Amino acid sequence: MIRELEYPFALNKIRDLTVGQRVSISGKLFTGRDRLHKYLFDGGKSPVDLKDGAIYHAGPVAIRRDGVWVVKAAGPTTSMREEPYMAKIIEHYRVRVIIGKGGMGEATRNACAKYGCVYLQAVGGAASLLAESIKAVNSVSFLSEFGAAEALWELTVKGFRAVVTIDAAGRSLHKRIERSSRRVLEKVLK
Amino acid sequence: MDLPSDVEAGIKRALKKERKDSHAYWVLETILENAAISRRNDTPLCQDTGTLTFYFGVPVGFDTNAIVAHTRAAVAKATRQGYLRQNTIDSVSGASYDTNIGSASPVFVFQQQARKKVEVRLIMKGGGSENVGLQYSLPDFSINANRDLEGVRRCILDAVWRAQGNGCAPGVVGVCVGGDRATGYKQSKELFLRRLPDRSRVKALARLEERIMKDVEKLGIGPMGLGGRTTLLGVKIDALSRLPASFFVTVSYMCWAFRRRGVLLGSEGGVHRWLY
Repeated sequence: MIRELEYPFALNKIRDLTVGQRVSISGKLFTGRDRLHKYLFDGGKSPVDLKDGAIYHAGPVAIRRDGVWVVKAAGPTTSMREEPYMAKIIEHYRVRVIIGKGGMGEATRNACAKYGCVYLQAVGGAASLLAESIKAVNSVSFLSEFGAAEALWELTVKGFRAVVTIDAAGRSLHKRIERSSRRVLEKVLK
Repeated sequence: MDLPSDVEAGIKRALKKERKDSHAYWVLETILENAAISRRNDTPLCQDTGTLTFYFGVPVGFDTNAIVAHTRAAVAKATRQGYLRQNTIDSVSGASYDTNIGSASPVFVFQQQARKKVEVRLIMKGGGSENVGLQYSLPDFSINANRDLEGVRRCILDAVWRAQGNGCAPGVVGVCVGGDRATGYKQSKELFLRRLPDRSRVKALARLEERIMKDVEKLGIGPMGLGGRTTLLGVKIDALSRLPASFFVTVSYMCWAFRRRGVLLGSEGGVHRWLY
């Protein structure tokens, strides 16, 4: 069963999600990666209201046609690079959803449990498919300062696919797979 | 740029091995659907259009400066048209370049050849997969790897385990045994020019390739690291000579969004034949 999630993301709906569930997201998403996370972590002011929102770790391929931005490709980037910043951003901005790939570490997992946030994994590289679920580019911030890949894009999406891999109870699919594969690796190397 | 037919066939084979209700199946299905959409809409397969490495095979007396200038112009044009992301950063100032033309972008590798035709191959490799590449200096006691093929096996499995889903599994690993640090990485990446089904010409390395594929299937890391049987689509191993003091094992990881193209140009400059 695919769970429908809609912006703004209500805390009770987020707490209701479990690792392994597939979701379909509609409404607003904010993209951000290394530059934006560092900026917010250092106390920079967000140009958009992140409360009850979703941060999507992505740097889209976007071109401007007749004054309108069109996103041609927008898959997730590796989330682990934001690990030093993520927990503070979840706490400070009450972000409810993080979307990326590869999972995140202990600090983020703890922040998800403490403040009520989930981490969703989108399929890495599936950039054309995910771009099709982007219905509009509402705005873009920090375009000249951070560059197109690192800018904060506010997108409206419909039917954006992902799977819950860290839930608000602090369960992590990434951690589970890392441990089980480690046990196998040790056997294979004996 | 499209998914090469051998890679797409590899993903289709992998799909058959996974349970229909698994995340692995869902991821592989999404990957195939994404390839179809990218083809239909003429949009980038992955938004990280990667490091662009051009491999040229050129005849004696060929003007390499001219082809470099043409290629750079083509890269700039492709960026303006939205086939490539603005994906090149000044490492000191942090500024983003408009058209991907930088001091190391694109990358050019030239090889002189006896034949008259010009061979052009391109590999586009994203940063997520590049970041999980590793170079080991043997002996490495942390993974109990000595200077032999068993040590090489340990390095490869360690690298695949460390990568988990972060290199966008199921990927392909290119491994170079020997060389120095720079040639090791260079050679490990050139292995991505090979098609998935072919095996190393060195028998011992071909056997190791098969062994690694069997070992890796047991790890259960799966597509995008969400669990499953398919952790790699392939492994390519090659060896270079080395110094007595050095024994490097270099592992490069190519994501499933494996972008590889090649063309043989005729004497007039037009397409003589596609290589993939």
